[in-house]
Amino acid sequence: MIEVRNLLIQRNGRDVLNIDSLDIQRGETLAVVGPNGAGKTTLLLALAHLLKPARGEIRFDGKSLANWDKLEYRRKISFVFQSPLLLDMTVEQNVALGLKFRGVAKAEVQSRVERWVKSLGVESLAQRRASQLSGGEAQRVSLARAFVLNPELMLLDEPFAALDSPTRVQLLEDLSALLRKDHLTAIFVTHNLKEAAQMGDRVAVIAGGELKQVGTARQIKSKPADETVKAFLRELPQ
Amino acid sequence: MTEIFQITALSLQVSTTATLVSLLIGLPFGTWLALGSFRGRNVILSIINTGMALPPVVVGLVVAITLWRSGPLGDLRLIYTPIAIIIAQTVIAAPVVTGLTAAALEALDPRLQQQLLGLGASRVQMAWYLWREARLPLLAALMAGFGSVISEVGASMMVGGNIRGQTRVLTTAIVLETSKGEFEKALALSALLLILTYLINLALTWIQQRGRKADWQPAPRKSS
Repeated sequence: MIEVRNLLIQRNGRDVLNIDSLDIQRGETLAVVGPNGAGKTTLLLALAHLLKPARGEIRFDGKSLANWDKLEYRRKISFVFQSPLLLDMTVEQNVALGLKFRGVAKAEVQSRVERWVKSLGVESLAQRRASQLSGGEAQRVSLARAFVLNPELMLLDEPFAALDSPTRVQLLEDLSALLRKDHLTAIFVTHNLKEAAQMGDRVAVIAGGELKQVGTARQIKSKPADETVKAFLRELPQ
Repeated sequence: MTEIFQITALSLQVSTTATLVSLLIGLPFGTWLALGSFRGRNVILSIINTGMALPPVVVGLVVAITLWRSGPLGDLRLIYTPIAIIIAQTVIAAPVVTGLTAAALEALDPRLQQQLLGLGASRVQMAWYLWREARLPLLAALMAGFGSVISEVGASMMVGGNIRGQTRVLTTAIVLETSKGEFEKALALSALLLILTYLINLALTWIQQRGRKADWQPAPRKSS
């Protein structure tokens, strides 16, 4: 579904991400781990067609992103950031936002929003303003806002990093169940190898702007590709 | 009494029109400056920020020369008309609205743009929702724009000519009455100008604070 080939992303004239080859299959969840500044968010932004590569290409369904109409492509995906970035409106209005952008009929918006606020356990908060939510509640709304779009590709940039441990564990379980139930294709960025193993069918390790290794969590733990991966795994929360 | 009513109505008409035209120019231009990253952006922003402090008499002089019968736009015969005052006041208010719009949008979380685009917003939809998020400072920009033109006298005098029944507005009438030694009349007109400005700003502040209160309304109790 996604093919990354010979990709180079530069920011302010500096190379920040260099990936020779990476494939993501439809229905797969790829967990991406790596230290701060490794280029994980840059990869997601490039996959969302929000950054232009200096070299190489990303193909979606066999067609280079450069040949996709940006808006048409972005309406096939959804992006969840570490911070919920909710707008100053009610929970229900926030969840409906992407559907409004797509001009979905009001009745359908209503039924899809109802379904997803229920699935994410925030139906009792539907009329509450976003500014009145706790961190965990806000991130649940942010997930509902992404799932309601029924995206072909979901990009999740450390969505639970700022939450306390019990909330994070619960949200990870819920997210994992939802992704598997609908066989969604997702890329999940995390700092935590245990989370990566729980969420990802495969795990990709990125360090220093380079893709170091891709495989199952077990493969990566038992056979790290090089010393950088080995050193990184030692520092990760297990 | 009829004359005062006519002067007041013209003041409101001219300054409201100039503010609305400034909004039409300043909102998209300020948005472009805030969201864009291009060579020369900082130079344009510094020019706009300088424009926020343009002396009205200088604006009046430039607009007067432009609209003067022998000037480049003299054929339009706009000098000493209400349209000339609107043009001059727009030149004064547009940088204010542009600069404050850019500042308001730059104060938002920069990831919000990416989030809106990542949810499938078009550029126009993104701008609309960013304006919505920054509506409180944008209303402040509108108030500042209106305040800068309803109170100015230099430009209105120079391009309008303070012609009775045609281009006399509250500020130019105050100058005239003062020059004649009619201080009571000048004070009465000044009070009227202050009250009008206050009422308009009261209405805008009410709208602005209504939006703010909505953010802080108490959370409904959770049902147990």
